[in-house]
Amino acid sequence: MLPSLVLLLVFLAGPIGYCVYYAFTDMQLTGAVGTHFVGFRNFTRAFGDSDFLNAVELTLLFVVGSAVIGQNTVGLALAVLMEKASKPVRSITSGVVIAAWVLPEVVAGYLMYAFFYQRGSLNAILHFLHLPQQDWLYTLPILAVCLANVWRGTAFSMLVFSAALGDVPQELVEAAEMDGAGPWQRLWRVTLPLIRRSILTNLMLITLQTLSVFGLIYTMTQGGPGRKSETLPIFMYQEAFNDSLIGYGTAVALVLLVVGALFSVVYIRLLNVEED
Amino acid sequence: MRTRLPVATGIAVVATVLATTLSGCGSGSGSSGKTIKVVYQKQLNSSNTVQPDYLAAEVKQFEQANPGTTVKLVPVTASENDYYTKIQLMMRSPATAPDLVYEDTATINSDVASGYLKPLDSYLSTWSDWSRYASAAKAAMKYAADGKTYGVPDNTDTRGIWYNKALFQQAGLPVPWQPKTWADILSAARTIKSKLPGVTPMNLYTGTAGGEQSSMQGFEMLLYGTPAAGNSLYDSTQQKWVVGSSGFKDALNFVQTIYHQGLAPKAQDALSANFNTELNTQLIPEGKLAIDVDGSWMPNSWISTGQKPWSQWQNTMGEAAMPTQNGQGKGKVSMSGGWAWSIPAKAKNPSLAWKFVESLETESASAKWNMVNATIAVRSDVAADPKYLQALPTNAFFNSLVADTFYRPGLPAYTQVSSAIQKAMESVTTGQASVDKAASTYDNDVKSVVGADKTTQDAQ
Repeated sequence: MLPSLVLLLVFLAGPIGYCVYYAFTDMQLTGAVGTHFVGFRNFTRAFGDSDFLNAVELTLLFVVGSAVIGQNTVGLALAVLMEKASKPVRSITSGVVIAAWVLPEVVAGYLMYAFFYQRGSLNAILHFLHLPQQDWLYTLPILAVCLANVWRGTAFSMLVFSAALGDVPQELVEAAEMDGAGPWQRLWRVTLPLIRRSILTNLMLITLQTLSVFGLIYTMTQGGPGRKSETLPIFMYQEAFNDSLIGYGTAVALVLLVVGALFSVVYIRLLNVEED
Repeated sequence: MRTRLPVATGIAVVATVLATTLSGCGSGSGSSGKTIKVVYQKQLNSSNTVQPDYLAAEVKQFEQANPGTTVKLVPVTASENDYYTKIQLMMRSPATAPDLVYEDTATINSDVASGYLKPLDSYLSTWSDWSRYASAAKAAMKYAADGKTYGVPDNTDTRGIWYNKALFQQAGLPVPWQPKTWADILSAARTIKSKLPGVTPMNLYTGTAGGEQSSMQGFEMLLYGTPAAGNSLYDSTQQKWVVGSSGFKDALNFVQTIYHQGLAPKAQDALSANFNTELNTQLIPEGKLAIDVDGSWMPNSWISTGQKPWSQWQNTMGEAAMPTQNGQGKGKVSMSGGWAWSIPAKAKNPSLAWKFVESLETESASAKWNMVNATIAVRSDVAADPKYLQALPTNAFFNSLVADTFYRPGLPAYTQVSSAIQKAMESVTTGQASVDKAASTYDNDVKSVVGADKTTQDAQ
């Protein structure tokens, strides 16, 4: 017990403590030798900074679009369809989907860059089909990174849902079938209520994962053009390392931490409500 | 340093929270009494090996002349902005600080202010070659607050206009060409656009992906050509940063004009991180770009050892000085920077590092470096060396611009002001903001960086 507590303090609580402390200082990477305590100035600056608010907005869009809606529903759909599929189809599909998931973030980002890039494969396909082409990374960067994140992260949801579906008692489904419920009704009224805890747990995990996505977006767009795909992690990186404002960047990191915590609290409360 | 451990941990936290793939910033130090670590930037384009090749040869020579010593070259492969960040992170801690570091002269002052660099005066006072260095270059190495010198520059550069003579002739434009005003540049670009479809009329670097090249080769070449000239970005008499100036808006307006009227590359190309390489190795050599506002080092890419050997460049490319806005003042403008060798404050073996600098900066080594790297010499003896002047036919022209050149304000806040400039350019280039909106965002950014009391309204 004690050794693990020490490890936890040194490697987790310690750094977080320092991080919190820096968020209240004007520490810079270059240009200033001293570091001073500045109270809440970094935070008031952030909330008065239109670029920060833009980043918050894009982060919420990214999380809701790619995780809550995208990964969650696509993962569920795949898991439901795979239940019915034959074994070879199942292994091929899960192989492909999981491959996207195990790829390092930067590699996935580069692949997606090559896919969405102006002269990339997506436009080549559209051209072949005589459909209008788009410069996705330039005109719709946030949509492109959302789709990339769905592609990359769906496997996780699919695995969670597959496991949950496996635990649904078959006799309940069969009973519903006997009572004349169609496939949609069986899914909506029997299966989903039975796996709702898995859905909530999955939502919480993918929300937290998506909040911290950095490499994927940085490789694809660097947050641009302009600030059209600059989510909080990218904004934080630009402030801390490009503009050398470590203190301000850390304050933004802390805000991100709080956003993640808020999401978790909401999900955990929902889970508890379920239990009551 | 009291804050050493916290700093390192804090950075680690930020990095972890980001879940980035930031590669480890420098391995443990290998310095001992006879070993030094030398850090320099290796460009992302791996085919550019001019500096690695040159340094490897110099290291071999140095190790032979000083038996038992080892010089470890530590190339940092990164874009320019990431390179600054990485060396700053390395210099923070004695465990990772190199013994010698190659720095952009523009970042030296802010690194001195951070306490990262060691003054070199005690070495320089006994080094007779120092008297051969151009005084402007020496001045750029001095930190105003203590009057000490923190680097030995090994090259400088100037900027002007490159134009494709063949394309100009096809479009019926005069060759040689020397525009007198910004309007002359625009009118030549419009002629190219109407006469030569398929050719991009002109390039001016823009946006954040281009980093400092957008600010310096791009925006500042315009801004310093407005009537406020040397006081257009930073008013040195008042010691304040200039905001709300009409010159700033005029320069932004120029950027907007060329990107919105199809006189420049498509915004999505210009804003991509690899645009520079595409420009040097494809657009210009393949005759797809007529005018490029760029630096003296351009032939670097085209010489036989460059990334895109192009023997025809001397006959094809012409050079012109960048004109001032309305031809006022001396009628031309240029910006200069350059790179220098500095010794970090936390270096373990500064005296051996200095010895290596001396051997890198002899007249012959310096001449060789400026020749292979196609840079402008900072030593008077090298600048007058016929071998150097003949090495590239453009050396004489770009050397002549030194008389009308400006250096960027060597102040800690410059990097952040520069990044505010890039953002303003990018928002105008993409059409996300009007010139007025982008200029007022810039004003606010500068005020929040330096404090409103350190800014002044329009110097004109």
